[in-house]
Amino acid sequence: MWDLATTALNTAKLRGGTYADARSMHIRQRDLTTKNGQVGTLAQSESIGIGIRVLANGAWGFASTDKLTREGVSACAAQAVSIAKASALAKRSDVKMVPESSYIDSWQAPLQKDPFEIPLESQLDLLLKADAAMRAVKGVTLTETDMQFRKIDSWYASSIGSRIHQRKVISGCGIVATSFQGSEIQKRSYPNSFGGQYQLAGYELIESLDLLRHAPRVAEESVALHSAAQCPEKTGTLLLDGSQLGLQIHESVGHPIELDRVLGQEANFAGTSFLTLDKLNKLKYASEIVNVVANARLEHGPGLGTFAYDDEGVPAQCTDIIKDGQFRGYLSNREMAELIGLSRSSGTMRTESWNRLPIIRMTNISIKPGSGSPEELIASTDDGIWMETNRSWSIDDRRYQFQFSTEIAWEIKGGKTVRMLKNPSYSGITTEFWNSCDAICGKEYWTLWGTPNCGKGQPMQTMGTGHGASPARFRNIKMGVAFSGH
Amino acid sequence: MAQKSKSGKNETHLASEGDLKKRIDSVLRLGKIAGADETEVQVDETIDALTRFANNAIHQNVAEHGITISIRTVVDGRTARATTNRLDEDSLRAAVQASLQLAHSQPKIPGLLPMAGKQRYRRVDRFSNETAATTPEDRARAVKKSCDLAVRNGQVAAGIFSTGQSQLAIANSRGLFAAYRQTEGEFSITMQDEPAASWAKANSGNVRNFDPQKLAARASEKAQMAKDAQELAPGKYTVILEPAAVLDLVGFLYYDFAATALADQRSCLLKRMNKPLFGKDVSITDDAYHPEQLGAPFDGEGIPRQRVDLVQNGVPRNLVYSRASAKEAKTKPTGHGFALPNEYGEAPMNLVFSGGDSSLEKMIASTERGLLVTRVWYIREVDPYEKIMTGMTRDGLYLVANGKVTNAVRNFRFNQSLIELLQNVEAMSPASRATAEEAFEMVVPAMKVTNFHLTEPTKF
Repeated sequence: MWDLATTALNTAKLRGGTYADARSMHIRQRDLTTKNGQVGTLAQSESIGIGIRVLANGAWGFASTDKLTREGVSACAAQAVSIAKASALAKRSDVKMVPESSYIDSWQAPLQKDPFEIPLESQLDLLLKADAAMRAVKGVTLTETDMQFRKIDSWYASSIGSRIHQRKVISGCGIVATSFQGSEIQKRSYPNSFGGQYQLAGYELIESLDLLRHAPRVAEESVALHSAAQCPEKTGTLLLDGSQLGLQIHESVGHPIELDRVLGQEANFAGTSFLTLDKLNKLKYASEIVNVVANARLEHGPGLGTFAYDDEGVPAQCTDIIKDGQFRGYLSNREMAELIGLSRSSGTMRTESWNRLPIIRMTNISIKPGSGSPEELIASTDDGIWMETNRSWSIDDRRYQFQFSTEIAWEIKGGKTVRMLKNPSYSGITTEFWNSCDAICGKEYWTLWGTPNCGKGQPMQTMGTGHGASPARFRNIKMGVAFSGH
Repeated sequence: MAQKSKSGKNETHLASEGDLKKRIDSVLRLGKIAGADETEVQVDETIDALTRFANNAIHQNVAEHGITISIRTVVDGRTARATTNRLDEDSLRAAVQASLQLAHSQPKIPGLLPMAGKQRYRRVDRFSNETAATTPEDRARAVKKSCDLAVRNGQVAAGIFSTGQSQLAIANSRGLFAAYRQTEGEFSITMQDEPAASWAKANSGNVRNFDPQKLAARASEKAQMAKDAQELAPGKYTVILEPAAVLDLVGFLYYDFAATALADQRSCLLKRMNKPLFGKDVSITDDAYHPEQLGAPFDGEGIPRQRVDLVQNGVPRNLVYSRASAKEAKTKPTGHGFALPNEYGEAPMNLVFSGGDSSLEKMIASTERGLLVTRVWYIREVDPYEKIMTGMTRDGLYLVANGKVTNAVRNFRFNQSLIELLQNVEAMSPASRATAEEAFEMVVPAMKVTNFHLTEPTKF
């Protein structure tokens, strides 16, 4: 692979490129699903190729190919230079980047059990048993399970002399029970909805999630929801489980801090951000107990945003985003950092595959734990609603106004959980919401959740991001609006 | 393969059908040698380029070329799929083996159908040489003109101009062979006139069918109109939905018409088939042969796509079927199946809504008080049976009073049942190909709809 990278860099330079980087990737994936006791998807794929990014005449060009021969790569590099020169026909100024050192390194994310070495039969057997355990519950009308594994090798080389190999293995799984009764469809998922839980880990993650233990509960709750009371429409105290808080962080902190959005580069598609540059170090984003970091380092945990180097050759970092409630930092790359006068990129350039240009993406955007247990949180709440497991999520294109609904909720009265509620939802304005946070549970209840399906960019790229969170409480939140009037 | 054209430009071309057949035959032979009872091969080739601009300049500009071969084998009543983009014989042999290994790992699949035999296809011509030959310089020049317009108007432009060509071939060891190629072009532009913005977008199989400068001018004019937005109280409003807004809402209905979705009891059409559900002017077909549609005339198993009347005068009448769901329902497949194996079955992918004889201008003129919606954003399902969708208006929401657009309004969140929306249609324009960001392209009209539920405003 290094020979091909050298060919790409040499060709780019010969054709007039002033900077170039080349990234070969080999991605292997396995997908298994079941539905109603039968195998659904059973597939495996691999994809290998190279993407070449070139700066020429002060503008960017990118081309990719799966023809991994000297001729194929050389033609691809020449194409990237031609594209860069075409970009220069409509440039405002020359691209500049903050300096970065060169690195020669090889890194492998730790894992205990390579999921590609675990027999398929045992993987399917686990899913089919979980599926059967859900179907055993009367009233369940649809059962689904899934498991996915990815092994990603990347070889990054740049014209400043970096040569970095990284290997990552990602595992994930989930189960879902759905119940249709009368005129209502209710659903429960474990360990999270929309695919389950994903981490930078091996098969040990699947084993740790104990799907079989949770399957009957998930199924029973999906049926019980039909008899539950409707979540009321009111303004009050909201308690969120860690998985829902992880998605809340993703949408209302993670996306608005992306500097490409802030600077208008996503204005046509993903949107912009309310976090304009004048707000840095001045905006009171959240209450004083809220601390959020963007941490891609392994010490933070095996998140979907954990790596050693980003896809621009910048080492993984930990950046304060919200410190004691104050807005402190953005996600940046070398070009954006230069534009706003930072001395260094925060190392968040990431790409889905060899045929996609790296763009600014979330790493692991996590809220630091507070103290106490969920039981203590409930016991100290006189009147509130606990919501868990996301059902829908939506936020405006500047990331102010959001609405989430969850699969299930529990009403809390006098410090005790008194009844189940169905069709829960809550909504608000980002900074008002985060400033109303008055309790965050402790480290023992903090989980690094994986969001495997974050879409951004044109052409669209799907990226996995990590969000560490423990359950938390928010005051004066609007609830139940999603179903009002229906 | 990179080839030099007569014009001297470096151009990249799709592989010939002969080349595809050679590759397919090679895989079918490997499947037989490896002991597969049946083998199916799907070849996908894509040559795409996309020029992206923001802040009145090109900031990203990309191109890709890739071929993948996807192999499904059947052995002893079991089936599985392996996909690779390594095209040498050893890699293809390994992919065949991987497919067989996956297939062997599962229990027998009850009722697994033998692969389909040879089929006859209706020819569609959706390849434009001009679109395929569009260069980075062509796109850059069009982008520059749009950016120059923004600068002249004191605005900031962002968007994309993409062009591409692709082909798909499906064949199997029972003699089925289907091949299709198309081109596609897309131009999308957001004009920012701080703090306001507006947007316009077009998508077609032929770049000649849209004019980037006209789209830029439209977005620019609407961005100017979007300034000084006033906040309105939440409530139920009459709305005039431009086609992009209609598309991104009604687009979420498509899977509800899958026979498998009804069998799984997760479709909003459960207990609602053959009963009046929508307004009597609402009719929906799935028609892959409509002149404004793109896409192959066959499905993921190589079955020819049929035109299906899904909704007739407000009554859901028909569903779409894969071979497996058709057998369950004792009917014929409609050519809407996904590539096997999968758990979702099928879906209509070429929806065509009936239109009316109104127009945006007539709808505005006939409205005493309402809102004109340019587009909607971040649409998600709140309730799957009542089909309540939430989302935001975006890039231009305007108050209509006494038959005229009077001023801009701050964007709203909505929580709106699609069933109620299609019951409350008061007027429709003729339907045409629409494009937005949430749903795939469809042929839909602009609609005037009463009692649209706007629940909370945002800050801009």
